[in-house]
Amino acid sequence: MSLPILLGFAAALCLLILLPLSWLVYYSVHDRAGGFTLANFVQLATDPTFLDPLVTTVILAVSSAAICCAVAAPMGWLVARTDMPLRRTVRALVTASFVTPPFLGAVAWELLAAPNSGLLNKLFRAATGADADEYLFDIYTLPGLIFVISCYTFPYVFVLVTNALDRIPGNLEDASAILGGSAWTTARRITVPLAMPAALAGALVAFLQAMTLFGSPAILALPSGFHTMTTRIWSLFQYPPKLELAAAASLPLLLLTVVLLRAEAVVLGRRGYAVVGGRQGDPRRVRLGGWKWAALAAALVVLLNPVFLPYGALLNAVFSRVPSEFVSFENFTLHNIVFVFFELSSTPVAFRNTLILCTSAATIGTVMAVVIAYITSRNVIAWHRALGFLATAPVAVPGIVLGVGLFLTYTRPPLVLYGTLWILLIAFITIALPAAYQQMQSAFRVVNPDLEEASRILGATRLGTLGRITAPLLRTSVIATWCFIFIGVIRELSAAVMLFTADTKVISVLIFDLNESGDLGAIAVLGIIMLVFTFAVVVLINRIPGFGAVRLRNN
Amino acid sequence: MPRRNISRRTLLKASGMAAIGAFAAPLQAAAPEPTAVTAALIEAARKEGKVVFYTSIDLPVAEPIAKAFEAKYPGIAVRVERTGSERVFQRIGQEYASNIHAVDVVNSSDAAHFIVWKRDGVLAPFVPEDAAKHFAAEQKDPDGMFAAFRMSLSVIGYNTRLVKAEDAPKSFADLLDPKWVGKIVKGHPAYSGTIMTATHQISRDLGWGYFEKLAKQRVMQVQSAADPPKKLGLGERAVMADGNEYVLFQLKESGSPVEAVYPTEGTPLIVSPSALFKAAPNPNAARLFQCFCFSAECQELVVDKGGMRSFHAQIKDKPGRRPLGEIKLMKEDPAAVEKLSEEIKARYTKIFRV
Repeated sequence: MSLPILLGFAAALCLLILLPLSWLVYYSVHDRAGGFTLANFVQLATDPTFLDPLVTTVILAVSSAAICCAVAAPMGWLVARTDMPLRRTVRALVTASFVTPPFLGAVAWELLAAPNSGLLNKLFRAATGADADEYLFDIYTLPGLIFVISCYTFPYVFVLVTNALDRIPGNLEDASAILGGSAWTTARRITVPLAMPAALAGALVAFLQAMTLFGSPAILALPSGFHTMTTRIWSLFQYPPKLELAAAASLPLLLLTVVLLRAEAVVLGRRGYAVVGGRQGDPRRVRLGGWKWAALAAALVVLLNPVFLPYGALLNAVFSRVPSEFVSFENFTLHNIVFVFFELSSTPVAFRNTLILCTSAATIGTVMAVVIAYITSRNVIAWHRALGFLATAPVAVPGIVLGVGLFLTYTRPPLVLYGTLWILLIAFITIALPAAYQQMQSAFRVVNPDLEEASRILGATRLGTLGRITAPLLRTSVIATWCFIFIGVIRELSAAVMLFTADTKVISVLIFDLNESGDLGAIAVLGIIMLVFTFAVVVLINRIPGFGAVRLRNN
Repeated sequence: MPRRNISRRTLLKASGMAAIGAFAAPLQAAAPEPTAVTAALIEAARKEGKVVFYTSIDLPVAEPIAKAFEAKYPGIAVRVERTGSERVFQRIGQEYASNIHAVDVVNSSDAAHFIVWKRDGVLAPFVPEDAAKHFAAEQKDPDGMFAAFRMSLSVIGYNTRLVKAEDAPKSFADLLDPKWVGKIVKGHPAYSGTIMTATHQISRDLGWGYFEKLAKQRVMQVQSAADPPKKLGLGERAVMADGNEYVLFQLKESGSPVEAVYPTEGTPLIVSPSALFKAAPNPNAARLFQCFCFSAECQELVVDKGGMRSFHAQIKDKPGRRPLGEIKLMKEDPAAVEKLSEEIKARYTKIFRV
């Protein structure tokens, strides 16, 4: 009885992922009349309006990845391996920057570092008496964009590095010390090499994130007159839409992602020695002595950028008549709040849609991840390896590319899902699935199959066993996965912006719309509510009795 | 300055604008009988309970219009779907191509869109009583498919704290002065119908060379025509090369340090018609809403609070705003915009690189 259901699951997964990608490839080699052509690719390779964004995107992704590693790896080490004070707080604050949608961060940084009206530039001029034309920062530049993207990408590297360092047993380092290695030698010969695979993986994730982000470049790059690949693809949807060209322009992103993921597998595969089995004693913490306060100060200075300054700027804008001025007696207003709650007619729709999509995508996505991880780790059906590959495959599909693919797939019969929440649900689940699946898979590895076998011997079906025995054993991971998808959906803009209609608007799209008409006060209100709401859900889910005290995996 | 009425004569004299009626096929010109607001219409609309309004009006004006309607006709909610006119057009096209009929009433600042929609046969003929009584024939489609809901200008503007009045640009040519490098903000014709219409008029009258030179001024490129005035208000840029006069009026009248400039070469005139869709999901609420939009009550709101200009014969300009008759206007030509819009977007993108 269970087997057909599981097979059905596998089939659904194939459909979910292969269908949009097939349409993408099909469109890319056809002209509008439906004839076969390579003209789209010729244009892609010769037209500077495609080549320039491609170069920009590569520069952007490489620099962001480098910055993320340079900042997050030392910070991860401080948190995981030293006696720096307030380590848990620092971890929580990094989680806060992970929860912050990058497009919201970009708007906040407009408020802070627009060359003339930015709050930081105003403070700079006030402090130095500089001329009205002078400024310290200009966020509407490529370096500005790289900075903002790094702010909201570094948590990925941080999480991977801290998790790896948490797992490296202290006795290896002890051995090095006993054999006469100085602290520096130990770090260089033991800790760094062991953390290297995680840092590399982190760099790759950062690269892919920076490459595929849509919101931040749309907000910061377009005003200064340059495109990245994602904004360029999106611009092809303007009237008259050039879907064939959009499909063709999506493929380089897809290809680059696949190549990089392969390269990572090869590199990490060779570094097999770095894998450490089990936990042999707690990691020894390096005593920093007097330096620990300097370390804490450095960590907090880093966290100014993704958390303290942007949140401060948004809060200031909520209560300001002119969002780029500090709240004062003349500048104070409640109008932004009144506007968002009582005038803006999209607010209730966007909140309702976001709530529905967040909870259903998180729930369905988690169930799928559990079932697929169960199939692949317990070898339930033939071809289970292929299934695992399919579940991981969307990692290679940037959100905007998936958006284009889904649009091409579901605006035509037999399944016209465009205009319904289903198409967004499919997009969000597909985007979230790889990470969710990998989390669940690593969780399954630590659960011994004995208990499941006992249940099966006593007559339970596979699904019954999964529901009654295995899943409860894994509840920590299940909850973490649920939260992870939930947050991911709230952050998502690039696929949503291709797929929404008036009735299926979500908050991220609403904020993006408001930015295009320059309504910064309203964005601040929506953004703050969104953040409070996300934090509240994450905390609540983790407090439900019986679920136990759980920390976010990416914590 | 005496209050004055923008009569059709003033407007035509001032602008020599091509009347909207001029581009409609005169063959079977037969607008339907005007519709008055009746108890039956209100009741039918109330049964539908809502109306979906796609528009490019800046939200701080569009939502109060919706709220005024809801206050007058309780039980009928207005959903304002606001984005740039070119986006509105693209979105409706995309939705209709997938057989999604979500929009009831549309209002766009690119009058050319109505030529396309009418040609495609997706509009429903409908004439509100007020439009029949108080709007000149030039402001209405002869077949009753659409009528000019509002009008505004795309002006130059500056921040009075950053620029002294005597130093402010007086013309488009003045914007090319090297002193404005890095200080100009402007909207985008692929997003905004106002900017599309203005770009057409400016490129026609001054040539594309003007834009090529303007692009060398390191212009801050925003999307909506409502955003350049807001960027002036923030003090983010000193001068705007184009943007909505009405948002500038709103900001100025609420105390922001901004001022409009009517360029000596002429100011682009933007007429924004409204129409109902044949496949509207809430046809009665759509009719009632269209009647409300053309009523003196709503037109007054659009003018007084919104800072726009009205074709309604009973509505007067607000004192303190420059009357239309004193402004040299560029000639509006939706039929040309309809033919050229793709080329304008492509050329613009090439020059400004986004």
